[in-house]
Amino acid sequence: MVAFTVNGQRHEVSVAPDTPLLWVLREHLKLTGTKFGCGIAACGACTVHIDGEAVRSCAMPVSLIAGKSVTTIEGLSSDGNHPLQRAWIAEQVPQCGYCQSGQIMQAATLLATNKNPSRDEIVEHMDGNICRCGTYLRIISAIERAAREG
Amino acid sequence: MTKHQKPSAFSRRNFLTAAAGLTFALTIAPEAFSPADKAFADAPNPATPLSPNVWLTIAPDGTITVISPAAEMGQGSFTTLPLILAEELDADWSKVKPVFPTEWDDKKYGNPAYDYTFQTSASASVRGYFMPLRIAGAQARRVLLDAVADKWAVPVGELATEPSVVVHRASGRRIGYGEIATFAKAPAQLPKIEVGDLKPTASFRLIGKDINRVELPLKVTGRAEYGLDVTVPGMVYAAVLQSPYANGAPMEVDSARAEKVPGVTGIVKLPEGVGVIGTTIEGTQAAKKLLKVTWGDAAGAHLDSERALEEFAAIGRDKSRDGVPFAKIGDVKAALASAKRVFLGEYRTRYVYHAQMEPMNATAAVSADGKSAELWVETQAATTLLKGVAQILQTDRSKLTLHQHFIGGGYGRRGNHEVIFDAVRLSKAVGKPVKLVWTREDDLKGGKFRPMTAHHIEAGFDADGKLIAWHHRVVAESVLAYISGNPKPRQDRIVMKGSPIPQYPIANKLAEHVIESRGARLSPWRGVGNGYNAFAAESFIDDIAKELGKDPVAFRLELSEGVPRMQHLIRVVADQSGWSRKRDETALGVATMVKDDTLAASVAEVSIDRVSGKIKVHNFWAAIDAGIAVQPRNLTAQTEGSFIYALGSVLREKITIRDGHVLQSNYSDYEVARMSDVPHVEVTVVSTDNKPTGGGELGVPLSAAAIGNAIAALTGVRLHELPFSPDQVRGALGA
Repeated sequence: MVAFTVNGQRHEVSVAPDTPLLWVLREHLKLTGTKFGCGIAACGACTVHIDGEAVRSCAMPVSLIAGKSVTTIEGLSSDGNHPLQRAWIAEQVPQCGYCQSGQIMQAATLLATNKNPSRDEIVEHMDGNICRCGTYLRIISAIERAAREG
Repeated sequence: MTKHQKPSAFSRRNFLTAAAGLTFALTIAPEAFSPADKAFADAPNPATPLSPNVWLTIAPDGTITVISPAAEMGQGSFTTLPLILAEELDADWSKVKPVFPTEWDDKKYGNPAYDYTFQTSASASVRGYFMPLRIAGAQARRVLLDAVADKWAVPVGELATEPSVVVHRASGRRIGYGEIATFAKAPAQLPKIEVGDLKPTASFRLIGKDINRVELPLKVTGRAEYGLDVTVPGMVYAAVLQSPYANGAPMEVDSARAEKVPGVTGIVKLPEGVGVIGTTIEGTQAAKKLLKVTWGDAAGAHLDSERALEEFAAIGRDKSRDGVPFAKIGDVKAALASAKRVFLGEYRTRYVYHAQMEPMNATAAVSADGKSAELWVETQAATTLLKGVAQILQTDRSKLTLHQHFIGGGYGRRGNHEVIFDAVRLSKAVGKPVKLVWTREDDLKGGKFRPMTAHHIEAGFDADGKLIAWHHRVVAESVLAYISGNPKPRQDRIVMKGSPIPQYPIANKLAEHVIESRGARLSPWRGVGNGYNAFAAESFIDDIAKELGKDPVAFRLELSEGVPRMQHLIRVVADQSGWSRKRDETALGVATMVKDDTLAASVAEVSIDRVSGKIKVHNFWAAIDAGIAVQPRNLTAQTEGSFIYALGSVLREKITIRDGHVLQSNYSDYEVARMSDVPHVEVTVVSTDNKPTGGGELGVPLSAAAIGNAIAALTGVRLHELPFSPDQVRGALGA
C-alpha cells in the first residue's frame, strides 16, 4: 500500500512497489491526461510534477513517492486557464496533441522559477520533451507569450 | 445526420455472458465508458432536430452537428472539413460541433479521392471532400431557405442568410437556424445544387481565414481521448511479444515464468506473436519480457539492411534489370543514346520509423458468439480495418461498431491494423474486452518502415544544352506488395510518388521501380516516395548545375519553364532567403517538389562542424501552393511540422536490421528531432485559384535535398546517402 496526493486528493494504491507512477495514474486512477511515450524517461510525454519538480512518471517507481504530492495536467488549473494553456491555444500549438500534456507540465516548472526565460533557456529546459509532429517553434512562442502575458 | 448514436453492439448483458466462466476477479473497479468525442458528441436536443442531409443535424438551440469523416491526427481535418460545410451553409461557426461518424457507411461518408472509402492519408481529405462538403452545406442552406419561404409565404429569392440566420430584407424579418429546425422538414427529394450555386471565393467567411482548431482545448488540458486512454467495463490487459520479423509464426512457447507474474491469466498464440493476458498493464508487460519463444523461418529472418542496400545500389546500375514503369514520356533510352552529354547520379536512403508519440494500441470486445465486436481504436483507414476484422471473425461488417479516437500521431502508421486485429483475436480467445498496449520497444522493433532505396538517375542534354532525357531507377521493396500480401510486382505509387517530377517538363522521362523483396515490414511514411525521390532528384539537379556552372535557382527556373506556379514559388524562397547574398560560415541550398498536385519550394541555410561532422540548420524557408488555401495558418503549421518531422530523418534517424532483427529500440537510439535541432522556419502560403490540394507532408520532400544542397554549396562535397550522420559527413569531408 502506497499513499500519496494527486491534484490535492489523497490516494492509497495497492500495487507492486516497482510499478511506474505513470501506470498508477493512468490505469489505476484513470487520470489519462498524462501520456505514455517511451517508458525510459527519453521523451517527456509522461511529465508530472512531484512536489513542484518536473518528473518523468514512466521511470518513477510508485514506492518512491509515498507521502509526496503529485500534480498532473488535470490538476494544473481548475478550468484549463493556466497562462501556459491559454498561450498554447493562442499560438495554436498542438497538432496530434499527444505530447502536449508533458510539454505544458515541463514548461510550467520553467516559468515557476524563471519569469522571463530567454530562448536558449527555453530550449535547454524543453529539450527532453519530444514532439514528433514538430510543434517546437510554437511551443517556444507559447512559453514566451505566457511569460509575457502571465 | 439521420441516425443518432447507435446502441452499443456489446451491451452490458453481453459482457456478463462473455465473462461467465472466467476464473479471476478484477482488481480495478470498472468505470463508465466515455467516448473520445464526448466533448462533441453530446446528442443535440432530441425534440425536433433537423437533418437536411446525412452530413449534419440542426438542433432547436441552433447547435449544428457535422460529421467529420477523416481521422484527426494533428492535421486539422476535424476543424477544416466541417468548416467547409459551414461555409456554404452560412453557419455561425461557434454553433458548429464536429463529430466522428457513428455510422461507418462508405457510400455516405467515404472520401471520393479514395473511391468513397474511409481513408485519411496522402493529405487527401480536403482534396477529396472539398466539393461534396460544399454541396452538402449549400443543400442544407437551401432546405432552410425553402422552409422559411413557405412559412412566410415569400419568394425564396427574397431571402438571404447571415451566419445561422435567414433574413427577409423587405420586411426586416429574421429567423435563426435553430428555430427553423423546429418546423422545417427535409424534403423527400433533396434540392439539387450546381457548382454555380456555390459561394464565390470573395464571399468566403471561413475558408481562407484562420479559424482556431476545435479540439485544442481538450488537447491542452489532457481531456482529449486517444486510443490508449480507453477503459471499458470488464476489460483485461494484453501485451504481445512479436516476431522480430514479418511472418514469423511462434513455434515453441515457454511461458512458465511469465505465468507466475501476479495478475497474468492467459497466454495466447497469435499469427506473428504471443499474447499475455492479465489484470494489470504492468503485470502483462513484465510477463511479456519473460516469454521464451522460437519463431518460424521467413524471408525477413535473413535480412541484413546494410548488405541489402549495397545490393540495391548494384541492381540500380544493372540495366538488364528493367523496373515497373511509373512515369513514362517519350523514349528515354533513345534520347539518352542521342544526348550530347549524359550525367549520372546515385543516392541512397535507409529504413526510417514513424516514431509517432503514442505507441500502437487497441481495445476490442468480441461478443460471446464471436460474431460481433466493438472497437475503441485509432485508424487512418476505417474501411480497411472493418473489412479485416470482419474477415477475422467471419462475420459481416454491420456487426462491428467502431469508436474512432483522436490519433496520437499517424504519419501513415495507423493505416496498418495488426495491433487491432490482435486485440480482436485476443478478446475472442478470452471472452472479455481486451486492451492491448505496445511498449515503445514493441512499436519500434515491430515497426513498419519507409523502405530503404537506391537511386540511379541519368540525365541527358542535347547540343543546345537542353535537358531532354531523365531516367530515374528506384531500387526498393514494394510497400504495396507487403500491405496487400501479393508479391507480384506491380506499380507502387507509395514508393514511386515524386519520381515523375512534373515541375520539370522534360521531353523524355522514365521513372521505374526495380522491385526487390527482402521480407521487411513496410508502410507508407509521411510524404511516401516523395521523400526520398525528391532527395535523389533534387540533389542530382544541383550536381548537374554545378557541372554546367549554373546557379541552382536559375537552373530550376529554366527547368520549370512552362510551370509558372513552380517558378513563382522558387522566386519567393529565393527572395525570402536572400539567395544571392553570400554568407561566411553558412550556405544555402534549394529544392522543389510536387506531391499530389501541391507544389512547394524551399531553401535551407546550414553550417557544419568539420571536426564532429555535425550539421546545423539555421534557417528554412518554404513556399507552398496547395490551390485555395482553406486554412492558411494550418498549412503553415503542417509545413513547419512536416519539415521538423523530416529533419530527424535527414540528420540521424535510421533503422538497421541484422539477421532479421531491428537493432534500434527506443528514442534513446532512434533519435528524432528535438527542440535544439530546429532552425528558424518561415513558410509562405501562396493561395491560388486552383482546387485545394493537400499540405500535410510538404516539409518531408523539401528537407533532405535543400539541406544536402546547402552542404554541397558550403563544402563542395555531395552527401549521397541519408541520413547525413556525423560519420558520413566526416567521411565525405575526409576529416
